[in-house]
Amino acid sequence: MSDIILEMRGITKTFPGVKALENVNLKVRRGDIHAICGENGAGKSTLMKVLSGVYPIGTYDGDIHYEGKECRFTGIHDSEKLGIVIIHQELALVPMLSIGENMFLGNEQANAGVIDWNRVRRRSAELLRKVGLREDPDTLITNIGTGKQQLVEIAKALAKDVKLLILDEPTASLSEKDSQSLLDLLLEFKAQGMTSIMISHKLNEIKRIADQITVIRDGQSIETMDKADITEDRIVTTMVGRTLENRYPHRTPKVGETIFEVKNWSVYHPLHPERQIIKNVNLHVKKGEVVGIAGLMGAGRTELAMSVFGKTYGTNITGEVYLHGKKADTSTVGKAVKAGLAYATEDRKVYGLNLIDHIKHNVTIANLPGVSNSGVIDDMGELKVANEYRKKTNIRSSSVYQITGNLSGGNQQKVVLSKWLFSNPDVLVLDEPTRGIDVGAKYEIYTIINKLADEGKGILVISSEMPELLGICDRIYVLNEGRIVGEMKASDASQEKIMRAIVRGEVMEEKLERAAS
Amino acid sequence: MSTETAAPAVSAAKASTQDAIKENLREYGLIIALIAIMLFFQFTTSGVLFRPVNLTNLILQNSYIIVMALGMLLVIVAGHIDLSVGSVAGFIGAVAAVLMVDYHINPLLAGLLCIGVGAIIGGCQGYFVAYMKIPSFIVTLAGMLIFKGLALWMLAGRSVGPFSTEFQMLSAGFIPDFIGPWTLVAPTLNAAGGPTPGTGIVLHATTIVIGLIIVAAMLYFALKSRRERESHGYDAEPYGFFVAKNLVMAGIVMFFMYMLASYRGLPNVLIVMGILIALFVFVTKRMTFGRRIYAMGGNVKAAALSGIHTERLTFYIFMIMGALAALAGLIFAARLNMATPKAGAGMELDVIAAVFIGGASAMGGIGQVTGAVIGAFIMGVMNNGMSIMGINIDWQQVIKGMVLLGAVAFDLYNKKKA
Repeated sequence: MSDIILEMRGITKTFPGVKALENVNLKVRRGDIHAICGENGAGKSTLMKVLSGVYPIGTYDGDIHYEGKECRFTGIHDSEKLGIVIIHQELALVPMLSIGENMFLGNEQANAGVIDWNRVRRRSAELLRKVGLREDPDTLITNIGTGKQQLVEIAKALAKDVKLLILDEPTASLSEKDSQSLLDLLLEFKAQGMTSIMISHKLNEIKRIADQITVIRDGQSIETMDKADITEDRIVTTMVGRTLENRYPHRTPKVGETIFEVKNWSVYHPLHPERQIIKNVNLHVKKGEVVGIAGLMGAGRTELAMSVFGKTYGTNITGEVYLHGKKADTSTVGKAVKAGLAYATEDRKVYGLNLIDHIKHNVTIANLPGVSNSGVIDDMGELKVANEYRKKTNIRSSSVYQITGNLSGGNQQKVVLSKWLFSNPDVLVLDEPTRGIDVGAKYEIYTIINKLADEGKGILVISSEMPELLGICDRIYVLNEGRIVGEMKASDASQEKIMRAIVRGEVMEEKLERAAS
Repeated sequence: MSTETAAPAVSAAKASTQDAIKENLREYGLIIALIAIMLFFQFTTSGVLFRPVNLTNLILQNSYIIVMALGMLLVIVAGHIDLSVGSVAGFIGAVAAVLMVDYHINPLLAGLLCIGVGAIIGGCQGYFVAYMKIPSFIVTLAGMLIFKGLALWMLAGRSVGPFSTEFQMLSAGFIPDFIGPWTLVAPTLNAAGGPTPGTGIVLHATTIVIGLIIVAAMLYFALKSRRERESHGYDAEPYGFFVAKNLVMAGIVMFFMYMLASYRGLPNVLIVMGILIALFVFVTKRMTFGRRIYAMGGNVKAAALSGIHTERLTFYIFMIMGALAALAGLIFAARLNMATPKAGAGMELDVIAAVFIGGASAMGGIGQVTGAVIGAFIMGVMNNGMSIMGINIDWQQVIKGMVLLGAVAFDLYNKKKA
């Protein structure tokens, strides 16, 4: 059982300006469940996209050997022909088609283009039995829950005659019960001789089912461990153990009184109102303080921020917001801005900028009254403001008339910051302020954050990069599954401590769920 | 994974003539295209196109399209479409006829009532688009059917007219000559001792004076904004280019004023149009209301997260569109001097085509009022020129369709190249 089914050697993949993978090696034994873990953005998903042919041969360096043969995939079809099937984190199902139709999407059971519906029904029923899903193949995907959808994805993979199944964070959006049955299913497949690769950062799951673990950090494969050697401690230290250089500008915090408080905040999912996304969160930010919110993807960080900022996420929102000790109404974006709150969104291209317009118009849009008189915009005043903020945040462009869609990520982020600075808030919530921008631009963003804190503003930073939080924050909250599971001073905190709080939170969550059911 | 694109090379060169042209290539290109098309038809119609009477007709024929194009520009920039405007215009014409002809209501009061009804119609459609989140294409397609049907019902299949002369003045009237005619070349007298039509040059003096006032105002504001830019230390376009551009613009305005003056002067409807165009240019370029429309059309999520009430804004836009469609319906009815069940049919297509020829983006966020007006004139000149040439209506449609496609394709090609 110890022969190697898959070997990836020296995989290097660069995106413009960023090295996503550098000399990654991966060996997977036949019949194993092989876990790949690492922090958000470490390069796990990129590696799997290379393996499955999403990034075709020639766009990366290094080679892939599968069943002893070198593979040169030009697309996902080539890898699927060999039985390598990937199930992405965002499920690739068409909501308004039936289970059966989805299962054979692109692999239709047809004769000369005419679909044989009897065969579709017979085969899909058969596969659904295999994954233990009791649903009619004619049921629409939109009518079944996420857990069942995940099973449909797996059945879809089985329909393609899968030999190597790759699952990218399969349990990220599943409830505890659904996760357990999914893991059981994987063990069952293993007993039947199938090989799986599972990307996950849920350490308890990995411990339970994995035979081997490969840890990836900063685009490099660090270590592969066997089941016998796996301990949570060891995984955590390997995952986060990077040397910290001086990547963060120094600041001496001058922390004043509390200016921002969220009390007993609860939020439910907008489409599945029975799912509670934010669970009774309490937090506060003081004047001149930079506070971080740490947590894994899906912990509810963005949802928390957006639900506070004008109720732009979620339903059935309860709780109170206080600014300067007074209860504030933040139920619409306009009211939240007026109350002195600003929220720079996570995805600046989708939620932050009007990419077809220039810098000047983007900077003033959240505070047009600030450059106008009874609805008439003062052209020169606006130009002055735009130039002032361009200088203040050091936006590199030919002029304020450059279209924001043509700016680099770092400069786009500075435009977003400028927009919110011009709305003159007391509290700024920055969601992933440095995602996807290079190291130099990151340093500049940190400098701006420091300056704002020194001016007496309260700053709340949401970030998936723990070193960043440790580097720039004074205090850190740890959020897991919608609950605050830890609060620590940055001076006492470490990546291990944060990770441990998350893991502890998961254990606690499990207990709570068990108690509830 | 993060993808980082390098910032484009930065150069802080002083604005040159070339830059100034490049920045406004789209607008200048449109004006040049319009002039070229006019010259082309001037040639193929052996000089008929530029005759004062024909130029006056050109304005009268296209006035209602331009009025609607102003609203349609807002709708399209906001990322929507309104297919109902033709039907709404026809329906309002019918309402006006019933009010004025059947019930003898005062034309001014009836006109205001009609515009109010148009605004309510637009508001209703806007409600479904903005708050119920039904795609505007569907809502206004439904509106198109509904108001076409209601117009038929209202008129019960008959044509209602004629209107009172006061109401006809809206489309057929000209401003009175307060200053009195200026005779440059005395017309030859006919046998009865009266002037022979088509001889001599007698100018409508008030029109010329208004033209001069407009040109003076244009130059004053151009100079003022230039001074302001310079005093704040910002680059303005080169002086030579600035002078040339404004002289050419002034020349064009004076030429048309002269042409109109040598027929019967400024049509009333041109005054209405002129005021509306100026208002819409101001709103889109200088007012927060306009700015928010562009922001919403460019990225509705970002706009909402910047505190813009996107729903309310969409509602207002459709309301404005409805009011303008009503005004266009009144102008059209006054021009025909009757309301017919078929009035307004297909007008929405000319209006939408005008806006797209004028450079608006179907994705929203991009488009200029001046572009839409010039686009409407391009369509109008082609209609007029081809009719004079005797080209059949079938081929006219084919050619107009190809011009629309060509204009948008050219636009996209330019954008990709840039």
